[in-house]
Amino acid sequence: MLETIVLLFALAGLVLYTVLGGADFGAGLWQLLSGPGPHGRAIRDHAHHAMAPVWEANHVWLIFVLTVAWTAFPVVVGSLASTLTVPISVAALGIIFRGLAYALQSATDVPHERRVIDTTFAVSSILTPYMLGAAVGAIASRRVPIGNAAGDLVTSWVNPTSILTGCLAVAVGAFLAAVYLAADAARLGDVNLEHAFRLRALVTGVLTGALAVAGLAVMHSDARHIYRGLTSGYGLAAVIVSAVAGLGTLALVWRSRFQLARVSAAMAVAAIIAGWAAAQRPTVLPGLTLHEAAASRETLIAVIVAVLAGGIILAPSLGLLFRLLLTGGFDRPSERAAAPADHRPRYAAAAGGYARLALACALAGFVLLSVVENGTAHLFGVITLLTAAALAFRAVGPADLPDDPASRGTVR
Amino acid sequence: MLGLVGAFSGVAPVQQSYLLQARQMQALSFAVHIPLVCFGIAFPALVLFVEWRYLRTGEEVYRTLARRWTKVLVTLFAAGVVTGTILSFEMGLLWPNFTSTFGSVFGLGFAIEGFSFFLEAIFIGIYVYGWDRLSPRAHFLAGLPIAVAGVLGSIMVISVNGWMNHPRGFRLVDGKVTDVDPWRALFGNSYFWHELVHMYLAGYIVTGFLVAGAYAVGKLRGRWGRYERIALAVPLTAAAVASPVQVLVGDWAARDVAHNQPIKLAALEGLGTTTRGAPIHLLGWYTDGHVRYGIEIPKLLSFLAFHSTDATVTGLNAFPADDLPPVNVVRIAFQLMVGIGTLLALLSLAFLLVRWRRGSLPAARWFYPALVLAGPASVVALIAGWVTTEVGRQPWVVYRVMRTDEAVTRASGIPVSYGVLALAYAILVGAVAWTLRRLAVKPLPAPEG
Repeated sequence: MLETIVLLFALAGLVLYTVLGGADFGAGLWQLLSGPGPHGRAIRDHAHHAMAPVWEANHVWLIFVLTVAWTAFPVVVGSLASTLTVPISVAALGIIFRGLAYALQSATDVPHERRVIDTTFAVSSILTPYMLGAAVGAIASRRVPIGNAAGDLVTSWVNPTSILTGCLAVAVGAFLAAVYLAADAARLGDVNLEHAFRLRALVTGVLTGALAVAGLAVMHSDARHIYRGLTSGYGLAAVIVSAVAGLGTLALVWRSRFQLARVSAAMAVAAIIAGWAAAQRPTVLPGLTLHEAAASRETLIAVIVAVLAGGIILAPSLGLLFRLLLTGGFDRPSERAAAPADHRPRYAAAAGGYARLALACALAGFVLLSVVENGTAHLFGVITLLTAAALAFRAVGPADLPDDPASRGTVR
Repeated sequence: MLGLVGAFSGVAPVQQSYLLQARQMQALSFAVHIPLVCFGIAFPALVLFVEWRYLRTGEEVYRTLARRWTKVLVTLFAAGVVTGTILSFEMGLLWPNFTSTFGSVFGLGFAIEGFSFFLEAIFIGIYVYGWDRLSPRAHFLAGLPIAVAGVLGSIMVISVNGWMNHPRGFRLVDGKVTDVDPWRALFGNSYFWHELVHMYLAGYIVTGFLVAGAYAVGKLRGRWGRYERIALAVPLTAAAVASPVQVLVGDWAARDVAHNQPIKLAALEGLGTTTRGAPIHLLGWYTDGHVRYGIEIPKLLSFLAFHSTDATVTGLNAFPADDLPPVNVVRIAFQLMVGIGTLLALLSLAFLLVRWRRGSLPAARWFYPALVLAGPASVVALIAGWVTTEVGRQPWVVYRVMRTDEAVTRASGIPVSYGVLALAYAILVGAVAWTLRRLAVKPLPAPEG
């Protein structure tokens, strides 16, 4: 029971990573396919501006899935990471270069430098989801046995199912990104960009759907148990939901109802993942059921407590970030509030007092931490020493410098 | 786990000819990531301090400084995000037996770290893109979670490292863990506390000296307006108040090592045989159970480790040769850390004294070149410190529970991924340096009013 709850957390994280992070990857693909000239530039800039404030938060869903998985299902993670070392390493490499591209964006507007950065970003935006998708295909087609690198290092992820799931991951990202970016363009009132991404959303939507159908055929021959799972019971229900939501999204995009299309597109993708999970039951790896894979009760409870407690803090924070993003809070500068009133620094006069207090604390801390041999004394020693450091910082008052005679009155 | 874990149980060494390369790859990943962690711990607080001065005084110079530092912050955060992700991948890629055997014991630490990372990422987005969009007060408040999350995240990672050095909170039966108590494992180990305080202070020291060093370069080139002087004084003061405290905290950490990991203490002092009234050797080279060419200070080791000049300190000969870490690596790293740390503390005291007695920044000519050197030196000390504790733990990945050669992956191709990672990180470091340089040479906005 407990392990099912934790698995649901991990799957929810995976859905959010696909729906949010996947769109991030898709935006990278659209940057690559943006074409030359000012129109291409506009597409690249639009994709960048829409994603830059949220890419880090979107990326962290992957970390969330990873850490929950290795805490709650350590044997699974050990087996996956060792057998699938190649695709996971390549995905990691892609993550390095994507992050690097974001770090570099603020540094330059020179066209040829931007071109290098954009291309790096785009290529790694295709590589990473492909490899992660291929890894999912390896699990689905039962090519990862239990144990340290017990599976084949190559055929585990180079096989019909993995190639299909890899391509599907790239296509899903492109589709989601096109829908989201069309919605953003509509909000900004940019008709050209709106049309451009509407067309892209329609094309990739049809393509993704075709891939998903082809996928069923591939699994019929390559991963029969998943095929059976997807054509009966919960799996079938998820496939139907995904198909309906996908078709609904196309209709909404066709009629330029982008805000709703955002939701239904995300739903279509979430249903695919739910269907996979349902079809995979009850084993995680060949011969390893979820229950057998799970960590002990204490650890599972600790994970659940940590996720719930973290969720209480995170949910409103994420809400704030996406509210700012989706309501256009990041689009244009608001009227800057007047600078606050001019307070003169007050603590210069008291600096001597702080300095003496800092010295006293430092001395007391030294005695407690370095002379006395007792754990409690050490604790207070550390606290006293940190207090001494804070007081010394205050005494020095680094921001209240007297004017240097050599450059009086200039702010350079 | 019903015996299935037998395929994984950490009872036998894994056939892996490239264990050393796997360790070097892990070490490389840490060495690139850890300076970025320092910025994650300390830099948000410095940026917020400057922004707070703007809120209090309304002086534009503070706002300009905070905004320019924000760009540096976001660049380094992006680099930290990716290098941190690589580390979490490597836990599985390189050490699958470690993760699959003990994931249920230590994994919680990383799960909570993941949350704080989340919080950091969310509010960095709001903070960085909210400069002109939020009211000054709301913007300042949006920065606070970044500072809190940076510290929380490092707490959790350090709790895992503390546990690896001082494992508890589980029992190992036939290669399987039972009776797992993750909270006790993470926070009940004695290493956690000193490692945390030591690393937290190191964050301020590294960030402070590196940032101040950048403006010291500017001063040597003649850029010395009010903006530059504030930009130098704030991080320098933070580093200067942390450095002397770090000396005492380091001493505390060493005493804990003396009690809990006598092998590590013997290795970092190069103490070949168990000795009553053991001396300390400065410099020198450990060979055949002795330190040669070193400067001996009699009885100091006994006094520092156990507060008695006649205390007996366990030497390396008390342990099987299989259980010893590479002594010279650990010892040289330790001496490097202590030596640089002491010099930085002296530099800091000199600065604090001048600042307190004269009320101005030091005028001495030697001070600014020394400050330029202090930044990179502090990074060297940081990495040397981590080498001391991590290599000093070898050959164990979990001290006295699992050996590193039992943890490693069986997969081939480590040299290839090592080479690719080294290349990728060289590009990363070069690109971040290039970005920071670009940000630094952007001209300041013209003063308003």
